[in-house]
Amino acid sequence: MIALSGIAKRFPNGVQALDDLSFSVNRGEFVSLLGPSGCGKSTALRLAAGLLTPDAGAVTYAEGKPQIGFVFQDHTLMPWVDALTNARLPLDLKRMPRDQADARASAALARVGLSGFERSYPRELSGGMKMRVSIARALAAGPQLLLLDEPFAALDEITRNALGDDLLKLWREDGLTVLFVTHSVSESSYLSQRVLVMSPRPGRITADIALPAGRDSRLSPATIEAQRVISGALNSAIAA
Amino acid sequence: MKRLADITLPLVVAALLLGAWEWAVTHWQVPAYVLPAPSAIARAFIDNFASLMEALASTLTVTLEAFLAACVLGIATAIAFSQSRLLERTLYPYAVILQVTPVVAIAPLILIWVGFERINLALVIIATIVAFFPILAGATLGLKSADFNLIDLTRLYGASRLQTLWRIRLPNALPYLLSGMKTAGGLALIGAVVAEFVAGSGTATGLAWRIVESGNRLEIATLFAALALLALTGVVIFAALSLLEWWLLRRWHESAISAS
Repeated sequence: MIALSGIAKRFPNGVQALDDLSFSVNRGEFVSLLGPSGCGKSTALRLAAGLLTPDAGAVTYAEGKPQIGFVFQDHTLMPWVDALTNARLPLDLKRMPRDQADARASAALARVGLSGFERSYPRELSGGMKMRVSIARALAAGPQLLLLDEPFAALDEITRNALGDDLLKLWREDGLTVLFVTHSVSESSYLSQRVLVMSPRPGRITADIALPAGRDSRLSPATIEAQRVISGALNSAIAA
Repeated sequence: MKRLADITLPLVVAALLLGAWEWAVTHWQVPAYVLPAPSAIARAFIDNFASLMEALASTLTVTLEAFLAACVLGIATAIAFSQSRLLERTLYPYAVILQVTPVVAIAPLILIWVGFERINLALVIIATIVAFFPILAGATLGLKSADFNLIDLTRLYGASRLQTLWRIRLPNALPYLLSGMKTAGGLALIGAVVAEFVAGSGTATGLAWRIVESGNRLEIATLFAALALLALTGVVIFAALSLLEWWLLRRWHESAISAS
């Protein structure tokens, strides 16, 4: 669905964030992009979304640019409007008629378990609920490709696990393609089908690990084994 | 309970001060042309009620017109700055120069240019210059400080610049803008008063002119009455803008929530 090939990106302050980064994500896949802090994961995700342009290399979409849903590490909600209006933002920007947009936004909120909170303002919601609104906003756009930038990093473990399970469910039910940036080995081992391990800056892919089926829970032997393999690849990426 | 104290404590202080003032003036027989007693000021206020209200209306009109003009000009300039970095770089220094130049020094020039036959316009222009900058500064900061991830998100969903301005930048600027407006409200009044002082005899008809006139005639009680009216006007303007701020931000901004 999306391929990045030979990407290089240098920031105006002279930092070479990415150098010769190449990977692709197939339609319907759940792929994690895993790497140490500051390795350029977020930059790669922004390039994938078309929010940044690469200095070298290209981002290509197999079937034309898909509808993209983007979820940031921070909830990035508008504090001055309620949850429904926040979730409706992509539809409002497309000038969809109000009643139709409202229906889709409430449906998206219901899918992340926030029925009844349509009229709540962000400050009245917990951290996990704010992140759920943020995910609902991405879903409201009807995305084919969902890009998430460490969405659960700021949440406590219980909330993080609950949201991870919900994300898996959404991915299965909607046939989404998911590219999930994380620095958590355990998150990537449980959630994704494939893990791309990145080196420290300038970031490039050092391992492309396809995970076997059978990781039904966070503690199943297959998940633990996947964690061992991913940790090994991450350690050698950092050491290299 | 705390609210009650907020209102009663300053009133108790006022009563004590006025009482002490009244007592001191009678006890030491201070001449009325130096310091009139509060009771004399109250009497002067009642005797001159009609003319003082007329003067108040004149000053208030200039103040409000200048405040509205400063709001429109300040917000429009800030929006222009937020859309063009080049424009901001080019023009912001001039806004600062306008701000730091004492308005008393430019007032005579404006009066000459606009002409004494259009005195009210001249007064409004002078007061607008004084009130303009806090609104420009507040709105500019607010428009620029929108969450850049949120701006990116609107780009991702194909928003036009106008949509981003309307849905993200302007609402984000509101707390900063309202804070600037609170400062500007007081400054518009100061600007109006300064302009009246400069305009001088026979032309201006506002409260500042009443103060000058009363001073010249040694009607110090009337002077104090006009002064008190001016202070009260400033307080009312500030209170009204604070109320507007609370009402607009009450659902979402920390400043309004912690205050309620």
